[in-house]
Amino acid sequence: MKPILVKGSEAIALGALAADCRCYFGYPITPQNEIPELMARELPKRGGVFLQAESELAAVNMLLGAASTGVRAMTSSSSPGISLMAETFSYLAALELPAVIVNVSRGGPGLGGIEASQGDYFQATRGAGHGDYHFLVLSPASIQEAYELTARAFELAERYRQPAMILTDALLGQMKEPLRPRKLRIRRYPVEDWALTGAKGRPGRTLRSLFLGPGELRARNLLLQKKYRAMRREARAEVLYAEGAELAVTAFGSLSRIVREAVEMAREKGYSVAFVRPITLFPFPERPYQELSARGVPFLVVELNCGQMVEDVKLAVCGRAEVESWALPPSDLPAPEDIYRRIRRCLARR
Amino acid sequence: MPGSKVKFTFPRVLTARPFHYCPGCHHGIVHRLLAEVLEALDLRERAYGVASIGCACFLYYYYDIDICEAPHGRACAAATGAKRARPELAVFTYQGDGDFAAIGLNESLQAAARGERITAIMINNTVYGMTGGQLSPTTLPGQKTTTTPQGRDPRVYGYPLKVAEILAQFPGVAYCARVAVNTPKRVLEARQALYQAFLAQLEDRGFGYVEVLSACPVNWKLDPVSAARKIDELAETFPLGVFRTWKDEKS
Repeated sequence: MKPILVKGSEAIALGALAADCRCYFGYPITPQNEIPELMARELPKRGGVFLQAESELAAVNMLLGAASTGVRAMTSSSSPGISLMAETFSYLAALELPAVIVNVSRGGPGLGGIEASQGDYFQATRGAGHGDYHFLVLSPASIQEAYELTARAFELAERYRQPAMILTDALLGQMKEPLRPRKLRIRRYPVEDWALTGAKGRPGRTLRSLFLGPGELRARNLLLQKKYRAMRREARAEVLYAEGAELAVTAFGSLSRIVREAVEMAREKGYSVAFVRPITLFPFPERPYQELSARGVPFLVVELNCGQMVEDVKLAVCGRAEVESWALPPSDLPAPEDIYRRIRRCLARR
Repeated sequence: MPGSKVKFTFPRVLTARPFHYCPGCHHGIVHRLLAEVLEALDLRERAYGVASIGCACFLYYYYDIDICEAPHGRACAAATGAKRARPELAVFTYQGDGDFAAIGLNESLQAAARGERITAIMINNTVYGMTGGQLSPTTLPGQKTTTTPQGRDPRVYGYPLKVAEILAQFPGVAYCARVAVNTPKRVLEARQALYQAFLAQLEDRGFGYVEVLSACPVNWKLDPVSAARKIDELAETFPLGVFRTWKDEKS
């Protein structure tokens, strides 16, 4: 298949179409408008539904309604818009609806700015709404991966009856790269046993999250937690140069590409440095962190925020090795050379 | 019995579960009417209800149809998503005045403005019922609530929101009526309004809206009979009638 030159946001929309997404609801916000714009052009042609909502609140609730009927549906937004959706995120998780939510995040807090930032890591992985729940969170590092992981998100969402989020940022969303829009094998899971499609030939069905009976809510929560534990088998990470490493550098998403370049510069100079990139942010891929730290390999965690993923790394490392955080607030985009110098400083201290 | 006719049967759409509503509350009557209309239009197998918050959030206990829960105020948006995803479904929302006209006013108006092929039922009892009788957008001037203990002062809290009158201006709204169920005649009119509001959807005409003036004896601190009589007082601020119907419009 011939590669095409597209933006990251467009690749996300194409990935959703490749997974046969039937409904898109959204509200414009920079820097992700290429997603609704592409969907507005393409979905009606394919017999699908595009609707621009009056707000992010409405968009995510339209998503809730569509997903409840067992149809593949998606919304996308950027940080402030994602915050507005938080209430319904809790309901999507509680009603166990397979919906896909894309956050092409920008700098915050507040109105922040439209530059690249990874400041929404906590919001994505801890659950932005109320109650004990999680989203599946996938974070692409390239435009090809943005396409493929978005499509995969639909499969995983359906498999676990569970909202799935693509967390990326303005950097990946706005840059262009060749994409091979190859056909993907995206599995379908049955929706007939839970979807609301009219009570034809069966009793009426309810999707609800209100449980007032004694012990009902506890049982409900324990069931959800069991599912979240089962989702751990989906944990994925990219691990390079682990063998004989004296230091492991870890980063996710768009920043991980700059980090990887720095790691490769260090290796060319003869330093033994490993590279670990979480692809799923929830479940967090603990294994490579456990394995490297068990050998005493320290970690350098680089993030485009004030230090969020470092908490998950510390939990996975569990005191077995040192974890150093290099947190870069919005507007602080490092060059590979900057990271390389930091790597050298880390190694020199040992 | 020879010579006798069956006038009413228990609607198939309703479950046998007794309603949990307070004595004198009108939800029970409206539930029964809605069930009759769903049955009359043969919609049990393609109905999709959106349960909202407040006293009616237990909608799913009483109907043998598919029902989804929506967050506070977002019923019309959730209904939009369901209807757009599966246009063959007969989609309705069942909301209180707080849900439809306060926290959810934007979603309600926008769905109506888009002419969504859904049917929205707003139970207007001028207070927040389940939360304990607080001020609502439809509280009457002078009416005492737990958060307006001296009575609603329009200079502080403004005037009641007349939702039916607002929606009647919208070209996307195919049917818009305000009804009550405090007399037998009005019960029959209410049934007819619900029927028309679903017809507006089924005939692909546009948004259907029925507002029901409804008694809340507990929060009004009245006995059921006095509460039912008070509906006449409500009707002075919120006149009953059909405000818009596609049947009046030239095709």
